[in-house]
Amino acid sequence: MELYVALKVTWALLLGILLTGLAIMVGMDMGVGTLLRFVGRSDGERRTALAIIGPHWDGNQVWFILGGGAIFAAFPTLYATSFSTFYIVMILLLFSMIMRPVAFEYRSKVDASRWREAWDWAFLISGALPMIIYGAAFGNVLQGVGFHFGWDGQYYQNESFIWYLANPFALMCGILSLSLAVYQGGAMLMIRGEGVIAERARRYAICGGAVAALLFVAGGIWVQFIKGFMFAQPVDPGMAATPLNGPLVLMRTGAWMNNFHIHPLLWLLPALGLAGMIMGSFSLIARKPVLGWWLGAVAWIGTIFTAGGAMFPFLMPSSTTPSESLTVWNASGSEYNLGWMLVFAVAFVPAILSYTTWAFRVMRGKVRTETVIADEHSY
Amino acid sequence: MINPTVVDLSRLQFALTALYHFLFVPLTLGMTFILASMETVYVITGKQIYKDMTQFWGKLFGINFAIGVATGLTMEFEFGTNWSMYSHFVGDVFGTPLAIEGLMAFFMESTFVGLMFFGWDRLSRGAHLAVTFLVALGSNLSALWILIANGFMQDPVGASFDPKTMRMQFRSFGALVFSPDAQAKFVHTTLAGFVTGAMFVMGVSAYYLLRKQHREFAARSFRMAALFGIISSLAVVTLGDALGRLDFLVQPTKLAAMEGIWHTSKPPYAPWKIFAIPDDKTQKDLFNVSIPYVLTPLVAHDFTSPIPGVDALEHSARAKVIKGIKAVVALKAYGTTRNPAALAAFRANESDMGYGFLAQRYAPDQDLSKITVQNLPSIVQKAARDTIPNVFVEFWSFRLMVLLGFVFVVVFAFCAYYSLRNELEKHPLLLKAATWAIPLPVLACEFGWITAENGRQPWTVFGWLPTFQSASSHDVGYMVFSLVGFAFLYSLFIAAELYLMFKFARLGPVQHLTQTPHAPAFVQPALGQPGFTDKSWADNSWQ
Repeated sequence: MELYVALKVTWALLLGILLTGLAIMVGMDMGVGTLLRFVGRSDGERRTALAIIGPHWDGNQVWFILGGGAIFAAFPTLYATSFSTFYIVMILLLFSMIMRPVAFEYRSKVDASRWREAWDWAFLISGALPMIIYGAAFGNVLQGVGFHFGWDGQYYQNESFIWYLANPFALMCGILSLSLAVYQGGAMLMIRGEGVIAERARRYAICGGAVAALLFVAGGIWVQFIKGFMFAQPVDPGMAATPLNGPLVLMRTGAWMNNFHIHPLLWLLPALGLAGMIMGSFSLIARKPVLGWWLGAVAWIGTIFTAGGAMFPFLMPSSTTPSESLTVWNASGSEYNLGWMLVFAVAFVPAILSYTTWAFRVMRGKVRTETVIADEHSY
Repeated sequence: MINPTVVDLSRLQFALTALYHFLFVPLTLGMTFILASMETVYVITGKQIYKDMTQFWGKLFGINFAIGVATGLTMEFEFGTNWSMYSHFVGDVFGTPLAIEGLMAFFMESTFVGLMFFGWDRLSRGAHLAVTFLVALGSNLSALWILIANGFMQDPVGASFDPKTMRMQFRSFGALVFSPDAQAKFVHTTLAGFVTGAMFVMGVSAYYLLRKQHREFAARSFRMAALFGIISSLAVVTLGDALGRLDFLVQPTKLAAMEGIWHTSKPPYAPWKIFAIPDDKTQKDLFNVSIPYVLTPLVAHDFTSPIPGVDALEHSARAKVIKGIKAVVALKAYGTTRNPAALAAFRANESDMGYGFLAQRYAPDQDLSKITVQNLPSIVQKAARDTIPNVFVEFWSFRLMVLLGFVFVVVFAFCAYYSLRNELEKHPLLLKAATWAIPLPVLACEFGWITAENGRQPWTVFGWLPTFQSASSHDVGYMVFSLVGFAFLYSLFIAAELYLMFKFARLGPVQHLTQTPHAPAFVQPALGQPGFTDKSWADNSWQ
């Protein structure tokens, strides 16, 4: 049983890493998509902005796909329940996401301003909306979601989907996530862009970092007043992976702070997040975008692991039937499955990181508007 | 209570989005290897024209690739958004190949595809070639893991049901990966992709040859594609035969529907139907033309195995439904009370559990405990009838796929022959046929998908979980919202895709010609003379 618990914890950690990788890499591209209409006033400038992430967006997007696949395999019940309960929101996310690959490939293939203008709107929607939804999902989960299970493991939703979109705390988390994406995208535009593009991007990115820092602090205060979830008694982490017949779960205001009280070292996580946002903005003010990009990554790590650290071991608590809340202990895959997946993760993640780095190195350097305009193969 | 309308709309949405996604996937699978082959020739011979070929076909590949990636996102979402019970029930096994696909294949394909398009000036020839091969390898490995996942739905090996967690538990990685169904289907599907890619390149080249445009470019592309195509189309037929035999072994209901076998006959009499109009209501053919003694050797590869017909399959299903009802009633008791006696009762009929789920929809209030001696026979009858997939759809989608498969062999054989003899331009009809044949492999792939997945019905996991039980417990409104959105977006996408594809295919590799410093003087060939072998396109001054 000990091995099973270790595997569960490892996969919870890997899930956090995947969600962070997704936020950094996809968030960067989404940030560029959001900023496209603002940093690029002319068609040439917009094409330059697209060319900056052009060779990499597809690879980056796999973080998102892998995130979905890993939740499916490592936490099947979480995947089944969250994707279905958040149906309308998920479909909106999906609709905006599927516009993006098409927009990249098709936008510059027709030389007509109406065509390109339409795709530029697609970039704005497919950049901003997914990041808001991504953050809002965290916000909703932190407050608990209304669902319960039937005897056979089927979920049933107990509340209206409107709440997921109109929930103020969730919206704040969504804007925090969008701000970080704008920051990360702006930093990338500064790294590989020149002149007006880099200058405009710098202003938006600094604002993004500052707004993110404010909202992060505000969110931290807000969490003190919302009802968190906790087990009534210590539980066996090696329990069978089913939300049915689970131990008693309590809803208490401020319960999300319990982990911080028990392990004060966890305070390093929000400190890291906040430091990333503030120092990142300052490094962009000082025109050091590479440092700024990495500090943006640190900000994401701090933010997501703060949320994860507060909730652990809860993944998706139920506000209507708390004892059927999904946790790392009851929503995971089997020991055998988690073991095999870990083998593959250990074998392939280093390879992925190295060839991604190589791809960025091959394509490094400034992207000039003149070159992009002259090259009709470019996005 | 499961709402049948939601299940039907979920099925409709999944089928439409999957069929739509599959319009683009086969071309991606095939084109990547054709591009890699062209670039290999470029690296070995150093001839500029092969680089132009790689770049031009790469551009068309890109238009197709983008929409394939976009619509693939939908597929990964939909298991969770629309099939929550399915995802819960098999996520422990089924999610794993999908996650590994991301780790091993999709990351590779997507990271290197950017370098393939934009890295020409930044990479050495060898490095760029390696990148192109990694894209090809990645996209095909991706297909491998997806089809391993699909193989589990068809023939659930490597897992068993665990009553404690109410789901399938992963037991054997080896059994899952080396599932014969998954392996045969992987080769069959990727080869079908190669056929699609080859037909696409050949057909567009034929269009240029017909119009005497880009002649050397087109003739060389045509030849590579024709050779690629003849090998792939022969192989795809062979693997199709292997799959048919597997269906006979593990999915007899699918095979019976594919071949329209209503009655079991004494081997080796079983007739093979060339043409039939099967009627699912009366379980008879309205009309058929058949040859006796052909089916047994065709599918069983011997003369002694009986091929079970619909009648025998339904009969054996009835017994399973009765045992299955006992299993599910015991399982529910165990799930709510954790009573060991209930567990023992479940264990006694465990292997037929899925058939109990199948009966659930016909029980009063969808509750098996409300079954009485009076209503049992009609419930069993209906559930057993459900185990047979729609024969008309299965019979015809299978036949059309097979017919098209043989058409491809013939078309590629003629095209390869005349291409090798440099006599293509003397056969404009063949060139026209090749152009018109471009969409046919895509059509065959879609029929293949329908054959595989319609034949799997009524199950999402064959024998274990009915489709009816698999869907999310949504409101109808949710489904209407997503269906309308998909219809709108996907229509826009296909319009844009076709517009760009036609635009750039018609335009041809023009830019490449003007970029080449030594563009050849256009030589009007002497055509039409009997026995004249036209080699004027092979003018080497172009290099």
